Amino acid sequence: MKAGYVPRFSRVERVLHWINALGFFFLLATGLILYLPSLSVLVSRRQLIQSLHFWTGVGWLAALALIIILGAPQLLATARELEQFDRDDLRWLRGGRAPQGRFNAGQKINAVLTAAFTILFGVSGLLLWFGEQDTRFRFASTVILHDGLMYISLALLAGHLYLALIHPATRHALRGMTLGDVRVEWAARHHSKWQPEGVRVDWRARPHTTWKPQ
Amino acid sequence: MEAPPTIGEPEPRRYGRGLFLATVAGGVSSLFWGKAAWSSISGLVSPVAGAIAPILPTGGWRIYTISGQMPTFDPATWRLSVGGLVEQPVSFTYDQLRSLPRAEQVSTFHCVTGWTVQNVHWAGVRMHDVLAQARPLASGHALEFVSMEQPYIDFLTLRQASLRDVMLAYEMDGKPLPREHGAPLRLIIPEMYGYKNVKWLDRIDVVPQADAGYWEQLGYDRDAWVGRSNGYGT
Repeated sequence: MKAGYVPRFSRVERVLHWINALGFFFLLATGLILYLPSLSVLVSRRQLIQSLHFWTGVGWLAALALIIILGAPQLLATARELEQFDRDDLRWLRGGRAPQGRFNAGQKINAVLTAAFTILFGVSGLLLWFGEQDTRFRFASTVILHDGLMYISLALLAGHLYLALIHPATRHALRGMTLGDVRVEWAARHHSKWQPEGVRVDWRARPHTTWKPQ
Repeated sequence: MEAPPTIGEPEPRRYGRGLFLATVAGGVSSLFWGKAAWSSISGLVSPVAGAIAPILPTGGWRIYTISGQMPTFDPATWRLSVGGLVEQPVSFTYDQLRSLPRAEQVSTFHCVTGWTVQNVHWAGVRMHDVLAQARPLASGHALEFVSMEQPYIDFLTLRQASLRDVMLAYEMDGKPLPREHGAPLRLIIPEMYGYKNVKWLDRIDVVPQADAGYWEQLGYDRDAWVGRSNGYGT
């Protein structure tokens, strides 16, 4: 482990994140070909794209489910972190400066919505697919739900990409999601309530402490 | 791992779980109320939709095809043939078709999958102006519409085809019908779902009775009245 760095995301968390990202981008690309008339004309092969979109969606959900099952003990602990909001989280959401844990309140909301949207994308996608063959699966609002999820997800994605790739204060977080660790000083500044396992430092008291693996 | 709350600080609440369950429940239940809700707020969000339009220019449409390649319109070779149970089979070039009396209408387009495009401006010819030249026989009671996109076909009874806003459209929103919307000619019957509005039309046959079209062979209703067929309003 590198001196001056602290592990933030486990391997199973990173695999879950990148499988989710990879599947989402492929589904977004094929979905836009189906959705935008100009791209539909350009690519033309709707049947092929529709099959690719559907089966990628099925594979994406299956892969996510598999990772969640295999990494259940660890991911359940992560889920518990994500679902809990304390007074500082609520203060942070109201725009106040409040110390944050491993996930700030915005990241918690993003993760919760992403998980809920994944289920809703799956439900609405399956209904669109089977509704084409059987009226029992056809609802007038399925396409509105699927499209609405896409628009909200795009807005969330835009914010997520800005913070992960562009915004100077936060883009270091990307290292955590690729290599797993982040700089101690950065973690102390942005996640001062977070106490990594095996680390006995109070970052709130000493925000510029340099942590070394023990 | 999170730091334990200090003494006197309230326990963290599971708002995340509540948000997750509320989002999933709201999303699933929206299958029953989403369209009505969208209809009532679409006017309010039109400025947002207008802002998004340059980035995601759908115009509300999505394009469905059944074959690998969209048909291409060649004015030199394209013809609209009208035959079957008629006194005089006829064939129109694109220019000949456009020389027939022009009709215009603004109507709403409904897709059976749930999306709708309002106020579409169509221009074209009325069915009776086309059929008048071929003169259907008394034994003919329906029309078979054949698309260049094989094997897409569909049928209307003569009674359905005589509805006042049924037309063969060659223009859409002031421009020649775009390729993805069925250039050069598509059937428009606003009272029925989009799959009856055959695109890339190149043949109309007068037949004894309406049979099952492409989607109807897959279980869709032959009489695809908007709001009264395909599981809607029944």
